[in-house]
Amino acid sequence: MGDEERKGPEEADGAAAQAAAEAAAKARAEAAAKAKAAKEAAEAAKPAWEREPKIPEWEEAGGDPIAAALAERHGASLLSARTLAGDLVLAVERDAIREVARSLHDEHGFTMLIDICGADYPDREGPRFEVVYHLMNLDSCRRVRLRVSTDEDSPVPSLVPLWRGANWPEREAFDMYGIGFADHPDMTRILMWEGFEGHPLRKDFPVEGIETGAAIYPEYYEEAAGPVTGTGTGWKPPRDEEGAAGAAEDA
Amino acid sequence: MAAPDTVGTRDSLFEVEEMELAFGPQHPSTHGVLRLDLKVDGERIVGCYPIIGYLHRGTEKLFELHPFFQNVPHTDRMDYVAAATNNLAYVGAVEKLTGLTVPPRAAYIRTILCELQRISSHLLWLATHAIDIGAMTPFFYTFREREEVLDLFEEYCGARLTLNCMRPGGLPFDLPVGWTDRCGAFVDKFPAKVDEYEGLLTHNRIWKKRTVGIGVMSKEQALQYGVTGPMLRASGVGFDLRKATPYEAYGEVDFDVPVFHGGDTYDRYLVRMEEMRQSTRIVRQCLDKLPDGPVMAKKPRVLKAAKDTEAYYAIEGPKGEIGFYIVGNGTPNPQRCRVRPPSFYNLQIVPELTQDRLLSDLVAIVGTTDIVLGEVDR
Repeated sequence: MGDEERKGPEEADGAAAQAAAEAAAKARAEAAAKAKAAKEAAEAAKPAWEREPKIPEWEEAGGDPIAAALAERHGASLLSARTLAGDLVLAVERDAIREVARSLHDEHGFTMLIDICGADYPDREGPRFEVVYHLMNLDSCRRVRLRVSTDEDSPVPSLVPLWRGANWPEREAFDMYGIGFADHPDMTRILMWEGFEGHPLRKDFPVEGIETGAAIYPEYYEEAAGPVTGTGTGWKPPRDEEGAAGAAEDA
Repeated sequence: MAAPDTVGTRDSLFEVEEMELAFGPQHPSTHGVLRLDLKVDGERIVGCYPIIGYLHRGTEKLFELHPFFQNVPHTDRMDYVAAATNNLAYVGAVEKLTGLTVPPRAAYIRTILCELQRISSHLLWLATHAIDIGAMTPFFYTFREREEVLDLFEEYCGARLTLNCMRPGGLPFDLPVGWTDRCGAFVDKFPAKVDEYEGLLTHNRIWKKRTVGIGVMSKEQALQYGVTGPMLRASGVGFDLRKATPYEAYGEVDFDVPVFHGGDTYDRYLVRMEEMRQSTRIVRQCLDKLPDGPVMAKKPRVLKAAKDTEAYYAIEGPKGEIGFYIVGNGTPNPQRCRVRPPSFYNLQIVPELTQDRLLSDLVAIVGTTDIVLGEVDR
């Protein structure tokens, strides 16, 4: 009995305490919600440039008419269609890129090739390189970005048959990343010199450069010991050494 | 001494051989270190192969090494005669990637700087193009006014060419006292100066002989090669990013986009001359409407882009569409920063324009493309 008696008030206390705690929690939540709403209102009242920056996020572009038409036309070759900050980004199967670009060019009015560039993602699973195409429709001022994954050994179909202007940017992607392009009329280096080994924009290419063996002044440099930025070959012109020796003798 | 060979058929006596000629990289008319390997039949060009890369400095690699804020000076050194537009394209891409909004005063000042930059870039182009063709006088006239534009830049940010005058989120500093008056005085008198240049050239018989009908580029060719800017607008395509997708304050000012349909060197000259006049209109309106307020947005102390996000942002530079494609990786540095240089694409069409033309026309055609090799090679 005594136990029960003792228990009763405890239970009652417990229930009361629980109720009080719940009420307090509710009040806190309400206060927090109110504060949050007030903060949001204050944030919204601020001019746009004083608000916290809103970082753009990826969204599925299911309702986009161009993405829908392409998905219907090319089916599984269109790997994904998403938007980020208003830009439509399509991931395309490597071998289907020319057909996708052709239908964008012929059927959707994307008559201008803005840019082609490579990119390197060595930490990524699967193919490490990406080729990124920017197309533009001059009438509707819309842009589309196409992305293709590839690796060193599998060439991407060239877009030169569609746009003659694809020639140089594809050469640059080859030069900088070693990405090959099939059916390209002139797959040679463009910015680096012929005979250069390596692809400078790859992530594993050292920033300070590599020993190229390019002797600029053969009378001064030994073969395969040309000047390379940052590596400090320690070379001095011979006449300076003579001059220094002469100065030392004079002293 | 052997007697001169005067006996033979006509063909054996007047044998014509095709010759290879390296035009550049140290030729003054190539505007930098452009090399064109030419095959010429007498004065006629039968083959042209541009070789670029002499000014390659690996800027895109350098972008990956530095945080977003420290990359602005690298953009100055690409198109080094139009640094402000390079700055704007880069900071615009970073703002798009990180969601920053620019205060209106900063947007207006950016517009003013970009239009002054367009004027100075076109003036430099006109001076060098005219010298290439043989007209020396416009050089002295245009550099007189270009000097005033550069003085305005110097007063604003301390530099004359490599301006480094924008930051992601706004501008590094507000305008100095009295700057708007001096800038206004310049743009008010400048249209008369453009008339002066046109008086020297537009109806000049030699100028027209050297430019009319030279290097004709059709609309189809322009689209095939991704040619943008004044070159595109001289071929009958009235496309200008300032009108098509207004950025900064361009949506709030009134201006015209000059379009010509001939596609030759002369029309490209006319487009640029008219653009300079329109630029003064834009600057005048921006100065009149210039709002008060801050020039820098609230921004995080360390600007980071979220992992696996990317943005492409392009503006209408003096030479065409200059755009930046930036990929973020969750650190303050970009994973990849690609520049879409207008000169690179505009130069690519030169072999097609020079085919079967004379060597002297090549100089006019290279001049009219308005290339800057710092941007072509990066």
